[in-house]
Amino acid sequence: MIGLIHYLTVSAILFVTGVFGIFLNRKNLIIILMAIELILLSVNLNLVAFSAYLHDLVGQVFAMFVLTVAAGEAAIGLAILVIYFRGRGTISVDDVNRMKG
Amino acid sequence: MIQLLAFYLFAIVTIVSGILCVTARNPVHSVLWLILAFFNAAGLMVLVGAEFIAMLLVIVYVGAVAVLFLFVVMMLDIDFAELRSGFARYLPFGVALVALLAGEIIFAEGAWNAGGILLSRSAPTPEGMSNIQALGLLIYTRYLYIFEGAGLVLLVALIGAIVLTHRKRGDVRTQKISEQNMRRPEDATRNTRPPVGQGVEL
Repeated sequence: MIGLIHYLTVSAILFVTGVFGIFLNRKNLIIILMAIELILLSVNLNLVAFSAYLHDLVGQVFAMFVLTVAAGEAAIGLAILVIYFRGRGTISVDDVNRMKG
Repeated sequence: MIQLLAFYLFAIVTIVSGILCVTARNPVHSVLWLILAFFNAAGLMVLVGAEFIAMLLVIVYVGAVAVLFLFVVMMLDIDFAELRSGFARYLPFGVALVALLAGEIIFAEGAWNAGGILLSRSAPTPEGMSNIQALGLLIYTRYLYIFEGAGLVLLVALIGAIVLTHRKRGDVRTQKISEQNMRRPEDATRNTRPPVGQGVEL
């Protein structure tokens, strides 16, 4: 039988995959943003699973808000990436020390 | 039985495509794996009865966010081979940290499963209502201000993205409406009567 634990495990693996992606592609800003999207997806999965388990719709309402924030974050992140690339010609985040002070 | 099969199918494809997304060599492939992961996560959400969130996931993520990623990946001329140079160096530390994190999460889940915390329901689903209807009832009554706040967040993100990426370009010729309207025929044209065989000077 599929229970809450199954959903939580899938979500946990997805979350960990996102964190792993951030560590693995530490130079590539685009992949880091995608890994953040994966993390937020796992959070959404968690919220929806608990909402179904507790028969409580509030979880789904909050999943919607998380989705909103994720969409805004992707838009702003990619905009910053574009202007960063325009200024430097690379998107390597290994030595981002341009914005000091 | 078929639910069991569907759950394992969606779960395995979600996890595998998530892993492939963060390890793929080509960022375009990475985006495509991300799309697959979103689709299968939406399937997982349909399985527990959250149809609206699942559809939202497909529309917002696959329709907007993933396409935005694809746009940026294809638009910028980036040397991706150079960006992958630290891959092997970061691998051991990343694996160690991730193993720690996964252990913690699974331990927490086991503890939660053993204990069983009693939570009070704050908004039970009414009988005889579809998922989207009940959600709308919640969003537009109790969570109205938060909902409006979410809309505001989107507006700020929209304006912010435009402000950040907009630039004045000096090398293109644009229309100058007032100058064009002020122009009179006298200073724009000249009447000449050239003799035969001589032509006009411009």
